[in-house]
Amino acid sequence: MTLNVNPAKLRDALAAGERESTKGSPPSSLLDVLQGFVHELRAAGLPVSMTENLDAMRAIEHVDIADRATFRAVLGATLVKHHHHWRAFETVFEVYFSLHSSGIEDEADVEAEGAASESVRAPQGGGAMGDVSPEELAEMLLAALLAGDTDELRRLASAAVDRFAGMEPGRPVGGTYYLYRTLRQLDLEGLAARMMGRAREQGEIPEGDPLAERLEREEHEARLRELRELVEAEIRRRLVADRGTEAMARTLRKPLPEDVDFMHASREEMLGLQRAIYPLTRALAARLAQRRRRRNRGHLDFRSTVRHSLSYGGVPAEPQFRHPRPSKPEIMVVADISGSVASFARFTLQFVYAMASQFSKVRSWVFIDGIDEVTRFFQEADDIAEAILRVNTEADVVWVDGHSDYGHALEVFRDRHLMEVTPKTSIMLLGDARNNYHASQNTVLKELRQRARRVYWLNPEPRGYWDTGDSIVSEYGIYCDGVYECRNLRQLERFVAGVVEG
Amino acid sequence: MAERFESVDAVIDGLRKVDYLADANIAGVVYLADRLEKPVLVEGPAGVGKTQLAKSIADLTGARLIRLQCYEGLDESKALYEWNYKKQLLRIQSDREHEASWAEVESDIFSEPFLLTRPLLEAISATDPVVLLIDEVDRIEIETEALLLEVLSDFQVSIPELGTISGEQRPIVILTSNNTRELSEALKRRCLYLHVDYPDLEREEEIVRVRVPEIDAELAEQVARVVRSIRQLELKKAPSISETIDWARTLLYLGRAEISPEVIGETLHVLLKYQSDIARARKELVEGPPAGTPVGTGSPSARTTRL
Repeated sequence: MTLNVNPAKLRDALAAGERESTKGSPPSSLLDVLQGFVHELRAAGLPVSMTENLDAMRAIEHVDIADRATFRAVLGATLVKHHHHWRAFETVFEVYFSLHSSGIEDEADVEAEGAASESVRAPQGGGAMGDVSPEELAEMLLAALLAGDTDELRRLASAAVDRFAGMEPGRPVGGTYYLYRTLRQLDLEGLAARMMGRAREQGEIPEGDPLAERLEREEHEARLRELRELVEAEIRRRLVADRGTEAMARTLRKPLPEDVDFMHASREEMLGLQRAIYPLTRALAARLAQRRRRRNRGHLDFRSTVRHSLSYGGVPAEPQFRHPRPSKPEIMVVADISGSVASFARFTLQFVYAMASQFSKVRSWVFIDGIDEVTRFFQEADDIAEAILRVNTEADVVWVDGHSDYGHALEVFRDRHLMEVTPKTSIMLLGDARNNYHASQNTVLKELRQRARRVYWLNPEPRGYWDTGDSIVSEYGIYCDGVYECRNLRQLERFVAGVVEG
Repeated sequence: MAERFESVDAVIDGLRKVDYLADANIAGVVYLADRLEKPVLVEGPAGVGKTQLAKSIADLTGARLIRLQCYEGLDESKALYEWNYKKQLLRIQSDREHEASWAEVESDIFSEPFLLTRPLLEAISATDPVVLLIDEVDRIEIETEALLLEVLSDFQVSIPELGTISGEQRPIVILTSNNTRELSEALKRRCLYLHVDYPDLEREEEIVRVRVPEIDAELAEQVARVVRSIRQLELKKAPSISETIDWARTLLYLGRAEISPEVIGETLHVLLKYQSDIARARKELVEGPPAGTPVGTGSPSARTTRL
């Protein structure tokens, strides 16, 4: 088992890993670097066990660590056992092994790249960007984007970061700040528009063909995404050079999709959540169905046992059991959709409707200070996203001023629907209970609870914020069967599983 | 040590020869599985070629594929081994005349000729090269997973009446999972992990060209682009690679050299299997978006409305 590494590369790897032992034999120093990496993964929240760690050590003996893609694949296969963790792994990998990228990537290649980018980057030391004006840069970007030339794009991304990000050593701002500055200057949307214009000029899109136009636009979007990622990587690379690997890895830790906070999700995280919901509900439904099937043995059915015993000459050889009919609960969802908690309501409604097969009936209401039933939207549309859109545009939820008034909404709900609440009904109330100092009317909940099977309150705020300011969640809480903190998909999933099981 | 592959590149080339296009990630893990003699757990959405990977490796190495299809309720006697009790009964009955001692009979009927091998034991006792495929492992209950652990970590099976049977060689073992539930830590720890996702545009185009050789390059590119476009919609089930290939074949059979909205409309049901998905894709791609609204960027935060 010889290591397919040259010592110079290893030294690079070692230096970048910021390990102190420089005298060890090559394999052991590489192992040191690996240890640091595993440590970093654990710090980022990935569960890496001892065996997996050992596997990774054995694994890197078999590959050429100069081949970066394979090296990463091999570490990933041994250390990361859940695909949600892959993104976090990639980030840590990129940061941790980025300084030695010149040692790990093909050196000739890197040099060539350096030389080529010289023309663009040369004036860096001399202050202003001398020969390349922003317009020229934009023009070059446009050409590279249209040609789909990744290498050129990488060089230009680097030049753009030079020029627009205004990075200063030791400045304590996050990478997102630099990213924002660079992208604002690059004006991606403008670029997209110009790309479309160019494509039209060159006759790549036939006149009046929306399909071709759509495909072309998506191609452009994909390339712009690539550019964005390149810029991001470039900024990250420079930050690492400035602050050191470990400091950077710490600031880059991103929460896993199921841990993303509903109330503070960025646009990208929102899309990630959207995508995560459906598979999650399917998995949950499958699991619940399985569990229900397995526990379908009930009490001894005496009459049936005696009847069956006749065929054994009166010996009750084959005991018969009653199969309890699985009683699916009926759900009423009452959701606050005022600005602060809108996304939470959206995800919860989506989740509950995706789980509809697990309930005998689902009805839903949305409110701000007025309340409106929206069940019909979900029944009519077979697509949840469309239903949500209709809820947004058609539901009548404003009564006076469009500020949340839980008291009034609950009163109206009681007046209209109290008689429809039965002992089979579970009521889910969604909201942060920030009532703008209106009257709470929490006795309404008391009435509802007397008739319903269960009344739950889901609050998307962290527990520490409850009952601060105008939040009166515990005033409602005393008349609920449970008040749950529900900030992310993981908590939501756990709650819904609990409701289905009764 | 079984060294089936010389290098990662050899894996890529080899798989390409049997019409499977592996990326660096897939090839790296397969290569490692061979060197470390560890099973590979492949996860990913349905229809991205997880099972095909096992088949292709078997093709490539000239090995026999032994497949264990998992389902709810799978047990020892279906996965590992079972005593052939009818044969045992016959043996006991035929012994009446010879009056052999009980100890003799017992040691006789609990010996290998009376053992029915099931896939796992078969893979272990095989002397020819085999690839063991444990398909859709997420379908068995979490308790049943324990059955697999001994096989996966030590490649042996303990039979109380016979002792431990261990293999003479280590086959490549591939487990696939559609991720309908979280597999146990114990199982994951024993495996290398590989997540296969939908391919990017270039790879998908190449796959179409390799699997449907009669197709011309331009149509293949269009196919890949339309499929990517459909995958970006919010669907219940995005089209898989196998569905892309089916679609490309369909277009060929219908003699369509070019994709137009009408052609997509006629053949959408090959790509999508839910009525609501088909309706949605039809609305977006075939009928075109309503004038004045941007398409494909329906992100929550872009909306001015409340939810």
